[in-house]
Amino acid sequence: MKVLVPVKRVVDYNVKVRVKSDNTGVDIANVKMSMNPFDEIAVEEAVRLKEKGVVTEVIAVSCGVAQCQETLRTAMAIGADRAILVETTEELQPLSVAKLLKALVDKEQPGLVILGKQAIDDDANQTGQMLAALCDLPQATFASKVEIADGKARVTREVDGGLETVTVGLPAIITADLRLNEPRYVTLPNIMKAKKKQLETFKPADLGVEIKPHLKTLKVTEPPKRSAGIKVPDVATLVAKLKNEAKVI
Amino acid sequence: MTALVIAEHDNASIKGATLNTVTAAAQCGGDVHVLVAGHNAGEAARQAAQIAGVSKVIHADGEHFAHGLAENMAAQVLAIAGAYSHILFPATASGKNIAPRVAAKLDVGQISDVTKVDSPDTFERPIYAGNAISIVQSLDEKKVITVRTTGFDPAAATGGSAAVETASAAADTGKSKFEGNEIAKNDRPELTAAKIIVSGGRALGSAEKFNEVMTPLADKLGAAIGASRAAVDAGYAANDLQVGQTGKIVAPQLYIAAGISGAIQHLAGMKDSKVIVAINKDPEAPIFSVADYGLEADLFTAIPELVQHVGSMA
Repeated sequence: MKVLVPVKRVVDYNVKVRVKSDNTGVDIANVKMSMNPFDEIAVEEAVRLKEKGVVTEVIAVSCGVAQCQETLRTAMAIGADRAILVETTEELQPLSVAKLLKALVDKEQPGLVILGKQAIDDDANQTGQMLAALCDLPQATFASKVEIADGKARVTREVDGGLETVTVGLPAIITADLRLNEPRYVTLPNIMKAKKKQLETFKPADLGVEIKPHLKTLKVTEPPKRSAGIKVPDVATLVAKLKNEAKVI
Repeated sequence: MTALVIAEHDNASIKGATLNTVTAAAQCGGDVHVLVAGHNAGEAARQAAQIAGVSKVIHADGEHFAHGLAENMAAQVLAIAGAYSHILFPATASGKNIAPRVAAKLDVGQISDVTKVDSPDTFERPIYAGNAISIVQSLDEKKVITVRTTGFDPAAATGGSAAVETASAAADTGKSKFEGNEIAKNDRPELTAAKIIVSGGRALGSAEKFNEVMTPLADKLGAAIGASRAAVDAGYAANDLQVGQTGKIVAPQLYIAAGISGAIQHLAGMKDSKVIVAINKDPEAPIFSVADYGLEADLFTAIPELVQHVGSMA
C-alpha cells in the first residue's frame, strides 16, 4: 500500500511575522521557511507505518514555488521514498491544493493520504477534508492515534472535551493532530541519501487542474495591540483589583 | 438571502457555540435558519427554535447522525444547501471537520475562523496565529464559513419562536463508523464557554502538582481549567485543555495564567480575554506584556494564597 503525504512550505514557527506597511500581506522575504509542523508529524506517521511493514511506499507531495523542493528533500530525509512537486508561482488556496492532490490520488492510487490538520500560516484547516470530499473518500481528522488492520484504519481523534474513535475503510484521508507522534531528528546521512531520491515535477496544467482563487485578500492588518497593564505587589492587592476595579470576581 | 447555521448539539441540548454562530449569521444580512441533524434530536430542535433571531429550524433525524460523522453530516447539509447564500458552522472540532467537506462539494472556497462580518461577502479572520488579520472577500456565490465563537456575542437562547420543519434524512454514506469516545466528565464549565479560566504552565512541574494547585482555585472561582502547550506536552494536563493557536481559542471575562511564559502560540488562544492575570516568577516572561494585572511571584505560594483570599471575600 502506498501513502501520499502532502507537505507545505511555511514560515518557520519560531519567526514572528510582520504585516507589510502597505497592508498587502505579511513580509516573508528573507525569513526562515520550514515544513509545516503538522505535516512533519504526517510524514513521520507514514514512515513509521512503513517501518512497521504496513505500508510499502511513502510519497511526499508539495504544491507551490520551486523552493518547495527543499521541503520535499526534508520529507525524504525523514524517510519518504520519493517526491512530487506541483510547481506554480500562483497563489494556492486550499480548494486548489485539494484539486491538485485529487489529481495525484487518481494517478498514484494510494491506500492512505496523511496530511497535517492545518498549516500555521493561513490557519485554514481545510485541505484534508476538501480532498476527502473531492475523492469521495472517508475522512478521519485531528488524529492522535492511527492503527491499520484488515483494510481499515482505526483512528483516535482529538475532539472538544476528549477523544473519539472512528473506523474508516481504506482508502481514506487522515489529518494529523499535534500528539500523533514526535517527529525524529533528521540525520546528516539521511539528508545525503534524500538528495539521491527521485523528485518529479509537474505543472498544474499537466494534471488538468486550473488554479482559481475563491477568496480575494483585500487587506492584511496588525491585530489590535493589547497593552501591558500594571504589576501588583501581592495577592491581596490582586484580589482587591479584580473585585473592585475589574469587577470580574 | 438566507443563512443556514449548522447547530452543534448533543441531541438533547444545543451547545453554546451555536448561539455565537447565529449572531454571525444574522450579521450576514438575511434570515437565519438552523439545521439540527441528529438522532432523537427533537429536544435540541425545540431549543434551537427558541434562539432569538432564528426564523426556521430544519430537523433531520437518523441513527447515522447520532455522532456527527463528517461524511453523513456533510451529505445532509448538501441536501438542503441549494436554498442558502451563507452556510455557517461554529469553528469547533465538529464544525471544522464538516465545513470543508461541504465547501469542496459545492466547489466554493471556505472562510475559516471568521472573527468579524464586514459585509455579506467580506470577512475578517486571523492568520499566522493571530499575528495578522486578513480581510477577505469571497468570490463565490455561496459562502461556507466557520465562525470563531469568541468574535461574536451569543444570541439569546430564548425569546424566539421559529417553526420546526422536518426534513427527510440524507442516506447513510457508510463511509466511517463511530467506535466510541472518552469525554472527560466533570462539573466544570466548558473551556470555550467559561466566564473564568485558570490556566497552568510548565512551571507546575508535574501532573500531581498541576491538579493539587490549579483545582482548588478553579473550584473556588467556578472556573474552567486550561493549560499551555508545554504543560500538555509534559503530560501535566489532558490534550483537550490546551489553549493556543492549535488548541482552544478562548475569551473569558477573566483568564488567570499561572506559570505560563506566554509563547505567541499561547497568546493567540487567549489574548481576547477581557481581563488577563499573569502569575510568574520570571519578570521577563512575555505573558506580562499582555496581562492587565501581573504578579511576580512563585505560583506555589501565590495560588494557595489566592484561593484563601477569594474565599475570605466571598
